[in-house]
Amino acid sequence: MTTTSRWRSARTYLGVALIVVWGLAPFYWMVVTAFRDLQFTFDPTPWPTHVTLDNFRTVFDTSRNHFGRSLLNSVFIGGVVTAIGLVVGVFTAYAMARLRFPGKNAILAVILAASMFPGVALVTPLFQLFRNIGWYGSYQAMIIPDISFVLPLTIYTLTAFFREMPWELEEAARIDGATKRQAFTKIMLPLAAPGVVTTAILAFIAAWNEFLIASQLSNDKSQPVTVAIASFNGTQPHVEPYTAVMAAGTVVTIPLILMVLAFQRRIVDGLTAGGVKG
Amino acid sequence: MTRKESGSTAPAPARRRLSRRRARGNSLDPHETRRALLLVAPALAVLALVIGYPVARAIWMSFQADQHVENGFFVQGGFAGLDNYKHWLLQRCGDVACPPGNTGSSFWEVVGITLFFTVVTVTIELVLGFWFATIMNGKFRGRSLVRAAVLIPWAIPTAVTAKLWYFIFSYDGIANTLFGAHVVWFGDKWAARSAIIVSDVWKTTPFMALLILAGLQLISEDVYEAAKVDGASAWQRFWAITVPLVKPAVVVALLFRTLDVLRMFDLPYIMTGGGAGDGNDTTTLSILVINESRNGFNSAAALSTLTFLLVFGVAFLFVKFLGANATGAEPKVKAKR
Repeated sequence: MTTTSRWRSARTYLGVALIVVWGLAPFYWMVVTAFRDLQFTFDPTPWPTHVTLDNFRTVFDTSRNHFGRSLLNSVFIGGVVTAIGLVVGVFTAYAMARLRFPGKNAILAVILAASMFPGVALVTPLFQLFRNIGWYGSYQAMIIPDISFVLPLTIYTLTAFFREMPWELEEAARIDGATKRQAFTKIMLPLAAPGVVTTAILAFIAAWNEFLIASQLSNDKSQPVTVAIASFNGTQPHVEPYTAVMAAGTVVTIPLILMVLAFQRRIVDGLTAGGVKG
Repeated sequence: MTRKESGSTAPAPARRRLSRRRARGNSLDPHETRRALLLVAPALAVLALVIGYPVARAIWMSFQADQHVENGFFVQGGFAGLDNYKHWLLQRCGDVACPPGNTGSSFWEVVGITLFFTVVTVTIELVLGFWFATIMNGKFRGRSLVRAAVLIPWAIPTAVTAKLWYFIFSYDGIANTLFGAHVVWFGDKWAARSAIIVSDVWKTTPFMALLILAGLQLISEDVYEAAKVDGASAWQRFWAITVPLVKPAVVVALLFRTLDVLRMFDLPYIMTGGGAGDGNDTTTLSILVINESRNGFNSAAALSTLTFLLVFGVAFLFVKFLGANATGAEPKVKAKR
């Protein structure tokens, strides 16, 4: 080992340490605060002190907030949006990745343009429309606009995954006498499962994190967690309930962190799919 | 993909694709076309319903008048021509210039703030993201820990990010404690803007880094070795090899992030509500649309139309001048190195 290469590896590990601190420190601070007594909100001790579960009790106290309900709302909205995005997206992605047809690039451009569409441009017309037809505050009032960004995402990611698949197997199955439909459902779909699961996770996270549309089109009963957290009530008036908000943030983030830990490799593949792969 | 092997010489994959195409014949199979269109139709129909219809409605609304007072009476709607657009672009309220404090008179200020956030955050993210990506591209143990660490800011909902940094930047918060400062972060224009920029950079630099890293990983080690043999310095290798080869990935990452910040809403809305103490100091275009929809839906619709024209204009410039190939679709032979 020369000194230069040792120096270089030391520098790499220093950089790596910095990246890890970057990603984890604020999150760690949220979790530590979530377990801290309200009176010691601003205690700067870097490790857990004054540990209590009170904040979580405040979060789920139904007399003050609709947090528990909003969690279920988020699960429901995210689930439905993901399902619709996948079912509709999988066919399009197959055509995009596998078939040759006129206007393909134009359609891809349309889908991409759709994914860049500012959500705020949907809120104004939809707010009025949903008011008129009595859908304001309903689940479909959020599910429908959410599809506008989740569907392009699923098509985009699935197409990138499908392009990488060993499609020779499909032809092999066809030679063995399978119909095109059979070759797709029996051979290719199981092979595509990992890509589909990854896409589902990305879609669910996108829907779960949505705030703008929900903040305008939901009411107390239908609001998702993001809106609930942004308008959180504490135990005392005029005191920012930081610890309880951090507890709520922890609850909202934990399922995502678990997904990230379980599927990190695939999520990175999915995020970068299409972006760099021709 | 096979880009690694083809890194230096002529476009081998392109040649392969050409020969495949020749083998299959260059004409399109009408059955294949019909099947493809059937498969694509549902998605296009859904997009037309969830985007096309609202947009058409917004554009129609933007030419209608909001309820307003005329000669002491409330007047309901009616065709307004370009009045709503004049309200924003020219600060005209009816036949007179909008008074200060009116939403119309804040339009250009808000455009400026939105562009300011965009340029500053995207620039910082690009530099930091590139640096992170080069570190992650090195040889080290604990790759999965690093990957998980960078995915956490990305995965946390923006609403939670906003609340988390609002706490960090509170007066007695850890940011002031760590630096021994006594800044009222959300009471001052530039402090509030900085806090928002820091939060956004924290959350989205990992995404940038991952996209750039994916681009870096496509570059073969051989190219660097060859350059080293030829006596190129590390700095020369960076500018002559890394930068041009990673450019396509960087441009796509830049495009995505730029459009994201132009639409930014959650962070400033939750952290400051659009002001810092008073005024529109941290109001982005999206926030202005939402605020305006309380005054009148039709003028808000005009503003949202302007916002999406701005977003698409910027996207167009990216594709036109930086050659962003974000679709990843059927790259032309020249685009394939």
